[in-house]
Amino acid sequence: MLVLSRKNGESIKIGEDIEITIISSKNDQVKIGIRAPKNIGVYRKEVIEQIHQENILATKDFSKIIDLMKNEKK
Amino acid sequence: MQIRTKYHGEISVNRSEVFVFKQGIPAFLEEENFVFLPLSDDGIYFIMQSVKTPELAFLVISPFTFFKEYDFMIEDSIVSELSINAEEDILVYSILTVEDPFEKTTANLQAPIVVNTKNRTGKQVILHNEIFGTKHRIFQYTK
Repeated sequence: MLVLSRKNGESIKIGEDIEITIISSKNDQVKIGIRAPKNIGVYRKEVIEQIHQENILATKDFSKIIDLMKNEKK
Repeated sequence: MQIRTKYHGEISVNRSEVFVFKQGIPAFLEEENFVFLPLSDDGIYFIMQSVKTPELAFLVISPFTFFKEYDFMIEDSIVSELSINAEEDILVYSILTVEDPFEKTTANLQAPIVVNTKNRTGKQVILHNEIFGTKHRIFQYTK
């Protein structure tokens, strides 16, 4: 992983289109501004991981429920 | 085309019924093609079935059936990604995480599936809105 030191107000460019600016930092919290093209989603990593986990949970087999629904139809 | 499904056996679907998710969905990034198969006659439950992987199928609902207060803005980036021209072209589904008993089943309102019925594209959208999480009981008032 590339590690860079930045001061408040300084930026990092990733390629042509992405700019990350340190807005402020206080104690152990850093406020970051991100400028990126519209087609690039910017999300907190833990949110993506949560959706990821929930999608996996949602694939568990629910044939039993479906059988019940099918029986109700009859 | 013939596809094998998790809950409907082998079925025939029209190519025009296949929705393309260009980037897959979180945790299943290689899964680009899904069909929506009605599960119950009442039109409430659907199976979102992967075309490629028979074992991959989600139970989905229209969130508005269960959550009258649910609404969200679709970001411009998604409007352009899915080439959405009119609100009427959109369908929204929520993935359910089925629990036993079924009454405890939850819907993921934080990451709705948005599809454009005109060009058959879709995406699992992650909302920035903090009111909606990944586990909302669909039967809120039962034990």
